[in-house]
Amino acid sequence: MTKQITLTIDNQVITAPEGMLIVDAAKQAGVNIPVFCYHPKMEPVGMCRMCLVDVGRPMVDRATGQTVLDADGRPKIGFGPKLETACTTPVSEGMVVITESEKVKAARKDVLEFLLTSHPLDCPVCDKGGECPLQNLTLAHGPGESRFLYSDKQHLNKRVPLGELIFLDRERCIQCGRCTRFQHDVVDDPVIGFYQRGRALEIVTLSEPGFDSIFSGNTTDICPVGALTTADFRFGARPWEMKPAASICNHCPVGCNLTFNVRREAAANGRTVIKRVLPRQNEQVNEIWICDKGRFVYQYTESPDRLTQPLIRKNGELVPASWNEALDLAAQKLKGSQPLLLAGGRLSNEALFNLRQVTEALGGQSRLYTHMSGGDIAVQAGLTAGSNLGALGKGDAILVVASDLHAEAPLWWLRVKQAAARGAALIVLTARPTRLDKFARFALRYAPGGEGAALTTLLSGEGEAATAFADAQNAIVFYGSDGLDWVGTERVARLSAELLDKTGHLGRPNNGLVPVWPRANDQGAFELGYAPATDLPAALRSAAVVWIAAADPAGDDPALAEALDAAGFVMVQELFLTETARRADIVFPAQAFTEQEGSFTSGERRVQRFYPAVSPLPDTRPDFAITAQVGQRLDLKLADNAVSLVFDQLAQVVPAFNGLTFPALAETAPQWPEIARSDLYYGGTSYDNQQGLGVHLAAPKAPLHLPELSPAVPLPAGLVALPVTRLYDQGALIARTELLRGRLSPAAVWMHPATAEQQGLSEGQSVEVLLSGRKASRTVCLDDTLPQGLLIALR
Amino acid sequence: MTEYLLLRHRDLPDIDQLPIYRANGGFAAFEKALKTQQPVDVLNTVKASGLRGRGGAGFPTGTKWSFLPNTIWPHYVVANADESEPGTFKDREILERNPFQFLEGLMLACFAVQAQAGYIYLRGEFWPLAQKLNQRIAELEQAGLLGDHILGTDYTLRLYTHLGAGAYICGEETALLESIEGKLGQPRLRPPFPAVSGLFGKPTVINNVETLTNVPLIVDRGADWFKTLGTEDSPGVKIFSLSGRINRPGNYELPFGVTFRTLIDQYGGGILGGKAVKAIMPAGASSTILVADDRTLDTPMDYKSVAAIGGQLGSASVIILDETVNMADLVNQTVHFFKHESCGKCTPCREGTYWMAHITDRLAAGQPSPQDAALLGSVARQMQNKCLCALGEFSTMAVVSALEKFPQDFGIS
Repeated sequence: MTKQITLTIDNQVITAPEGMLIVDAAKQAGVNIPVFCYHPKMEPVGMCRMCLVDVGRPMVDRATGQTVLDADGRPKIGFGPKLETACTTPVSEGMVVITESEKVKAARKDVLEFLLTSHPLDCPVCDKGGECPLQNLTLAHGPGESRFLYSDKQHLNKRVPLGELIFLDRERCIQCGRCTRFQHDVVDDPVIGFYQRGRALEIVTLSEPGFDSIFSGNTTDICPVGALTTADFRFGARPWEMKPAASICNHCPVGCNLTFNVRREAAANGRTVIKRVLPRQNEQVNEIWICDKGRFVYQYTESPDRLTQPLIRKNGELVPASWNEALDLAAQKLKGSQPLLLAGGRLSNEALFNLRQVTEALGGQSRLYTHMSGGDIAVQAGLTAGSNLGALGKGDAILVVASDLHAEAPLWWLRVKQAAARGAALIVLTARPTRLDKFARFALRYAPGGEGAALTTLLSGEGEAATAFADAQNAIVFYGSDGLDWVGTERVARLSAELLDKTGHLGRPNNGLVPVWPRANDQGAFELGYAPATDLPAALRSAAVVWIAAADPAGDDPALAEALDAAGFVMVQELFLTETARRADIVFPAQAFTEQEGSFTSGERRVQRFYPAVSPLPDTRPDFAITAQVGQRLDLKLADNAVSLVFDQLAQVVPAFNGLTFPALAETAPQWPEIARSDLYYGGTSYDNQQGLGVHLAAPKAPLHLPELSPAVPLPAGLVALPVTRLYDQGALIARTELLRGRLSPAAVWMHPATAEQQGLSEGQSVEVLLSGRKASRTVCLDDTLPQGLLIALR
Repeated sequence: MTEYLLLRHRDLPDIDQLPIYRANGGFAAFEKALKTQQPVDVLNTVKASGLRGRGGAGFPTGTKWSFLPNTIWPHYVVANADESEPGTFKDREILERNPFQFLEGLMLACFAVQAQAGYIYLRGEFWPLAQKLNQRIAELEQAGLLGDHILGTDYTLRLYTHLGAGAYICGEETALLESIEGKLGQPRLRPPFPAVSGLFGKPTVINNVETLTNVPLIVDRGADWFKTLGTEDSPGVKIFSLSGRINRPGNYELPFGVTFRTLIDQYGGGILGGKAVKAIMPAGASSTILVADDRTLDTPMDYKSVAAIGGQLGSASVIILDETVNMADLVNQTVHFFKHESCGKCTPCREGTYWMAHITDRLAAGQPSPQDAALLGSVARQMQNKCLCALGEFSTMAVVSALEKFPQDFGIS
């Protein structure tokens, strides 16, 4: 229990926990002390001098050590000769802080006059205008005129690309250091830094490609002026012209809370378009950060390649058709068949539910398109209500097995790293080094195929790592599919769940299994009763009717393309004319997640709502509605007009969702730090979350039932590469995002230079490797951080 | 002065050679301390001597050493050889001509606080000195005075030199530590102070070269002996770096308490060309300018007495200004120095020195805009009490004092 300190701020007597800084204690009390360099998520540096306040402390007699009292018997307060920075001074007992004296007001005015001497009068053309801390604080505290002569003003470069995603305006920069401190201290990517000194102090990028960090976009949120801007939003719109739309990122199982800023534009024929993406504050999921994929990938939703009308195959060709024609044909073909449903994990809970309802009614199979197993275990052993990665610290343990979190779920990488910094015992168990190793107490390696044996060792309780895990008060296991496919992940999931069960780390908050799914709503799919196909090519080949939604098996794998060719009638709900859609008999044009609403279930089992950001592309329909309309033609009672109705049905039918309501997902609560107010200088561009924090699914009631382990499959002979994920891969969606084109991972196979030499391979050479049981062509890339003999390839 | 205590090479020119240094009492104090004393004994001796830091702040050295907590390890000692204050050139002479006395002082300081590693931070321009120091450190290791089990005791000590790269701000102790750690040379927040969290986050003593050069004498001859020199408030001798409009500029080792007049006339040979002395800057560019009236000239040069007349003795880099010096021109030079050297971390110094430099350019060129003189004073005062470190604060002192005391030089009546 932290000691509470009593102090006075502007005549208000308040209490604050020991160690809290004056600026934060004041904020809690409703007193807003202006800052520039301070940020509540970073260590203070006291650089900008904007937060200078008058601080008095009870006077102590040097000789006796006693507090000096005044005539009324109260401690005499002595103020220092100098003002002190509120951001670097922690509260102390009996402290008196004055933030509105003439001395403090003069100090603020002076600091602002200094800051504005070489700051350009760019407001009319600066992106930050309207949401600018410097503007707001100048209006509140600054001088109306400057005594600085214009002829003395520094003229600096106003368009400095720090890489192709972030641009710097050197004239506007006030050298507050928030961006460099964020990169160095928060996300461990010291790729930008200060260069030169004095008035010539400037931000430079230290990496090639420039600003090589997957978190770079966050610096534009926390920059208190218009110095750092993103390539997509630069000169895009005025803040007051845009409306916010709350959403959830659709690209990884973390489920970061987003805000899309949208504006109706004549250039888009009166439709609303997305101008930029910002994080939305949710301290239990992503705090106030998002990765660059979530920030920039939305461009694919605006691609001219988007399907805009239903297509039906007639005489061997896909031709446009009306919705009624397509829906009627679909219902006709489905009736009496036992369809194979192959759904992708980026679909919403509501879409997945409707799809499954129809499939089950027809006696078909509901399959989730995924290479990663363990869903049946994850729904039993996952996180429950009250869980928050931000609460883990000393005395807790986190095991990350077979996952490269930095590439697969960046915000989990960040949160796990921060938990380790707070003292949690981090155990990393992977076949190759990852970016989490340096923060781990135990960084353990296993040989390819040895993941099961490695986990079994932990289960035996032998060794320091096993002891640290078993002794932990709370323990969470993240398991992924780095180097593994569904047989390997099934093994890892099962053994991880067994470990949690054996060490008593199940069934209570902050304990459980978190799968690092490849897609955003895979957890939702499993909670809704989906299962992966054990032999997908065989299932496809033998299916009379195949219904594929938001999945592209043909594009991912030539073997699956072949199998699909052999399938019977194929119906596809998609955004683009993918390889799969090309082989379909009916193609329904679906809406992107930015155009519809619904809910996703994160890998932490938190159900979160997303709202429509832009008007839907004519003539697309949301996935849940397409499915419901097909179902209605089969006499099924499925709602096609409102997601909340689908959710109500879902909540009744699916045990884990019992008791949840759509409005409950929209509930919010006050969050700390208070970053989303009009005083946006405190934390950055508004992260306001008025649209929902999400709700955790309940813990499953049944005791843990673990399936039998399939026998281990030995690795085949030949040039075998283990499949790995990269954040910027070559998927259908990201390939249509221009902004990120320069950063996409090559379709490579990576190996140690010695291994390449041994195999007689050279960098850049194209080679055929065995990948996930099939032959794949990859380009050789050298990586001396890999263990010798290990080959990894882009999945 | 009969015997040089710090600039011993002026008596013994070859004392920069180890055998000569040892033959003349060198390392006797170090040996005595290691073999017959406890670290705390050395600390207490230095504390009792009243030795004050010679780098400018004048903080009691023994007291500074005693701040290191014996619950956090390891301890470090860093010698500040960054000597960049305009008008200061005393440490250079010690390092070039009497290096072993300095090294012995550093080694005694390390022993006193039980440090096993000592660093010498030299300004980048001193790279030839650093090379020679490295050779001398190697000599000491060969002689068994550094390394493991020194002189058969269980004390281990190694010394390392580290070069800066041309930044005055790296003479500020926390910026110095940042520089050794390989980071941008910008001062740190205090608290925590280096005594508790210094180099690599460990308890660290940072002392000036001249300060450390006093230590072997104090350990050898005792605290009481040291107090017989100088004044009660400022015991010992000081190397005064005399420069400016003076006939004989140079380093002068004198006891504290000698007056400015004595330094200028007796030792400095009086003003160039027999001109009239106008002003004195006793602490280099970081000085409050003192009008060279009788009161000032007859002030004893010790910390207390100079403070009593509204100045600071600082590092005793005494710059003499005569009637030919125009204060607007002088202040332009000091302001440009600070503008060039400002690290840029805090707003008032970064923007203020830049702004002042533009104003002083116009004043010195004789083309001020009407408000410039008043503006200069206003900007300087606007910076005061707001800066993160002393550089910004000190940059204003010459400006404010010159405007106040020599308004006619700025075109103000």
